[in-house]
Amino acid sequence: MNQLKNFTKGFIKENPVFALFLGLCPTLGVTTTAINGMGMGLATTFVLLMSNVVVSLIKNFIPDKVRIPSFIVIIASFVTIVELIMQAYLPALFEALGLFIPLIVVNCIVLGRAEAFASKNTLLSSAIDGLGMGLGFTFALTLLGSVREILGSGSIFGLKFIGGEGILIFILSPGAFIALGYLIVIVNKLSKKGA
Amino acid sequence: MEYIIIIISAIFVNNIVLSKFLGICPFIGVSAKIETAIGMSGAVLFVMTIATLVTYLIQNYILIPFGIVYMQTITFILVIASLVQLVEIILKKVSPTLYQALGIFLPLITTNCAVLGVAIMAGQQDLNLMESIVFAIANSIGFGLALILFAGLREHLELADVPTPMRGVPIAFVVAGLLAMAFMGFAGIV
Repeated sequence: MNQLKNFTKGFIKENPVFALFLGLCPTLGVTTTAINGMGMGLATTFVLLMSNVVVSLIKNFIPDKVRIPSFIVIIASFVTIVELIMQAYLPALFEALGLFIPLIVVNCIVLGRAEAFASKNTLLSSAIDGLGMGLGFTFALTLLGSVREILGSGSIFGLKFIGGEGILIFILSPGAFIALGYLIVIVNKLSKKGA
Repeated sequence: MEYIIIIISAIFVNNIVLSKFLGICPFIGVSAKIETAIGMSGAVLFVMTIATLVTYLIQNYILIPFGIVYMQTITFILVIASLVQLVEIILKKVSPTLYQALGIFLPLITTNCAVLGVAIMAGQQDLNLMESIVFAIANSIGFGLALILFAGLREHLELADVPTPMRGVPIAFVVAGLLAMAFMGFAGIV
């Protein structure tokens, strides 16, 4: 039961984007379409899960003073793995996400979870925490990507269902800020009502 | 002429915060007051320029000759992290006044994706050493411009009557969107 709560907290209550405001650069930068948002989210989930697992395994061997640099090296290694795999098997997505793939290293969620959770908890809870947070991040990115894609080009996951041009501004940078602002308002309103 | 195009493009047309979405965390986090925004911009200018210079040298004299460009992400982030530490130590010794002004912002810069982003972008665009340095300086000025403008707007926002669910971060995002829209007016200059 406890593990279930540990898993689901990342979706709404402690959602990295809507509640903690972490990892905002990729959130705004890649969500021009739903599929890009989802790809970025899943790549981050993989890094988050693996780095949480490794950090929790070796937490007792790392001296306290050098823990942050060690975490960064672990995270950077997994980011490089994702980068190489994506370049080989998903070249189109790799092109679309571009600069933001190497920038997963400096995504505050990954280092934040390693420091705040994985370095203090057991292997199983760290893995579940990483997976839950990652999927919560994926959920937020897919949602924002869908909203921007529907408003901006009248399609979702590449399927066009509204004719005409769409509101171009939502594909461009100002639309990202405005759409995210209003999504946070809606999520805040909904989660307060639930509690 | 090349340099002028790089500078105008980085500051106005492809502003690092408002159109490339790098460095959003400090943009939202430390923009509540103009003074802290100026301090942060100064620290970024300092670190970004040195980091781009050092990563340029590593990229062209170590990674490319040995054919290990795939190590770029790991090397760059470690270089930036240790550079920030080094700058902090040197500044404390050499110029205590500057350290006083920039001190608290320096540790935050390691996780500022703008620094790593600019270092990688300079490599991708095949800039030479001088162009990379100009590119880094122009980008940090662009960062500072966006941050200080936004801080000014947020100081006024404090006095405005904002609907309760929109207070704080949401309204900041909407304002940032309007600022980005204003910057879109520069598109097409270069």
